[in-house]
Amino acid sequence: MNATAIRAGFLTSVQDLGRPGFRQFGVSLGGALDAHALRVANLLAGNDESAAGLEITFGGLRLRFSDDRIVAWGGGEFKARVGSTPLDAGHPALVRAGEEFSIEPPALGCRAWLAISGGIDVPLVLGSRAGDLRAGFGGIDGRPLRDSEQVPLGENTPRVKGLIDKLRSEQIGRWKPPHDWSNTAQRAPTLRYIRGADSDRFVNAARQSFSSESFFVSPDSDRMGIRLDGPQLERTEDVDLLSEAVAPGTVQVPPNGRPILLLNDCQTIGGYPKIAHVITVDLPITTQLCPGDRVRFTEISIRDAHALFLERERNLEQFRRGLESHFK
Amino acid sequence: MEITPLGDSALLIRVAENFDNAPEDALNKVLAAQRALESIKIPGVIEIAPAYTTVAMFYHPARMVDGGVPEHDLLGWLEQRIREALSNAPSDASRMETRSPIEIPVCYDPEFGFDLEEVAHRAGIDSKQVVDLHSGGEYRVHCLGFTGGFTFLGGLPKKLATPRRDVPRKEVPAGSVAIGGKQTGIYPIKSPGGWNVIGRTPRGLFDPKNNPPTLLRAGDRVRFRAISRDEFERSTS
Repeated sequence: MNATAIRAGFLTSVQDLGRPGFRQFGVSLGGALDAHALRVANLLAGNDESAAGLEITFGGLRLRFSDDRIVAWGGGEFKARVGSTPLDAGHPALVRAGEEFSIEPPALGCRAWLAISGGIDVPLVLGSRAGDLRAGFGGIDGRPLRDSEQVPLGENTPRVKGLIDKLRSEQIGRWKPPHDWSNTAQRAPTLRYIRGADSDRFVNAARQSFSSESFFVSPDSDRMGIRLDGPQLERTEDVDLLSEAVAPGTVQVPPNGRPILLLNDCQTIGGYPKIAHVITVDLPITTQLCPGDRVRFTEISIRDAHALFLERERNLEQFRRGLESHFK
Repeated sequence: MEITPLGDSALLIRVAENFDNAPEDALNKVLAAQRALESIKIPGVIEIAPAYTTVAMFYHPARMVDGGVPEHDLLGWLEQRIREALSNAPSDASRMETRSPIEIPVCYDPEFGFDLEEVAHRAGIDSKQVVDLHSGGEYRVHCLGFTGGFTFLGGLPKKLATPRRDVPRKEVPAGSVAIGGKQTGIYPIKSPGGWNVIGRTPRGLFDPKNNPPTLLRAGDRVRFRAISRDEFERSTS
C-alpha cells in the first residue's frame, strides 16, 4: 500500500534511527535528527520504535492515504490536521482511506517527525532505511520526497488494527507522552554540554565566552551541522589536528573561530578542535534551531549527562509499557 | 594512552603520538587497538572506528547498564576495561597479516587531473614525473571518512606534498585521486573538496549496496597503476 505526497513540502525525507556500525567506512550515522521524537511517534503509531518515518523540514507536506492508518508526529510548533481535524503533536490519530495528513509551516522550530503505522517500506541500505541526502543513497533514491510521489508503506500489524477500530469514532487518541518529548522547540534555549575533547586547545577567554555568551544560528546550517555566529573562539595555536572522530553534538571550531554544532549527517572524522559536546538529551532542542535563533551553552559533568540519558530511557520504557493497553 | 570523552556516548582513545615521524607505526598501533577492542565484548558498545592516531568507541549508556555495568560510573568502568584490553594485547599490528596490495588504476589525463600542473609546478618537476612518482609508490589506508568511503592514504612521496587549495571546489567528481598536504586520497563519490586532483580511477570504491560498502579498509596496501584514457573509457563502459 502507498500514500501519495500531494505536496512534498520544503524538504521532506525518509528517516529512521540511522545506520550505526559503518563509521569505520566513513558512513555517517544519519537518520532522524531528533531520533527520540521519531521513537516516541513510532510507539504512539503502534510501530517498533525504529520504523522509518518522515522528517519534515518547514512543513508544507500533504499526504493522502489509500487505506486506514494510525499516524503520530512530534517536533516543533506546527499546525497539523488529519482530514479537517487539528492534530496536536504527541497524540495518535486515525487517518481514513482517502483522507490527508497535512502540516503547515511552523510557528516555532523547523522540523517535525511523522510516524505512520506499518512504517515506510523503502529498501534497507546498510541496515537502515534512512535517506543519506549528501551521499545520495537510502530513503527514496537518496533524495528528498517530491510532489505527487508515492510513499510505500508496510502492512498494518494486528495490534495496530485494534487501535484503528478503537479510534473509529473519536479519531484522535487522548493519551500523549510525558515531558516535552513531542514539543521540543524552545525560544532561546540553553544547551547543556560536557567539556570538549580539545577544550585545552582554546584560550581561557574562548572557553569563558562559550559558556557565558549568546550565539546566533547562521543561515548556512543543515543536517550536517549548525553554524553559529557570536564571539570568536580563539585557539591557543593555529594548527589543525590530525583528523579524529566527531559525533552528533560535537561543537568544533574551524580557524575562523565560529563554532559548528554537528548533527547526524556530520562527517565521521574531522580535524578542527572540539570545544564542547552537547549532551544527547538536549540534541532534540538543537534540531529545532532556525537561522537567527539565539542559543547559550552551560557545562555539566559527564556523570550528570549519563544520569539524564538513563533517566530518559527509563521514562521511555515506562511510556512504552503504558501504551500497551491501547493496543489490546 | 589517553582516553577522552567525545560527548556522553563516545570515547576517543589515543594510542599513538608523533604521527609525522612515524605514520606507519601509528597505523599499526591503531589497527592493533581496534582489533583488541573488537575482540572483547563490552555491553552497550555500538562500534569502534579508527583514525590516524586514535580509535573512537561509540556506546549506548542504557544498554551498558542493561548489560550489568554499574550506572554511577560508566566512564570509569569503560576506561578500566579499555586499559585492560589494550595492555593485554599486542600494541603493534605490524606483524598481523594484511591483504596483498590492491591495485587502483588511475588515468592521469589532464582533463581528469585538474591540478596536475599545479602539483608539478610546486614540486619543480614536469607532470610526467608527478605521475611516475605517484604511481611508483606503495601506500597504506590510514582511515576512511569525510564522505562515505573517502580514502586517506599515507606514503605519498615527499616531493609531491601540496597544500590544500585555498578555495575548495564545490564539486569533485567521483573517482578523483587527489593530494592534500602530505597525503593522497580518493573521492569515491561526487562531493565538495579542497584537495589537488591529479587523476581519476574508473574503479568503484564505495557501494552502499555491499557490506562492507568499501573496496578498501584501514590497513590495506594500495598501489596506483597509470592507465591511458582508452583504458579508462573501456573500464567504465
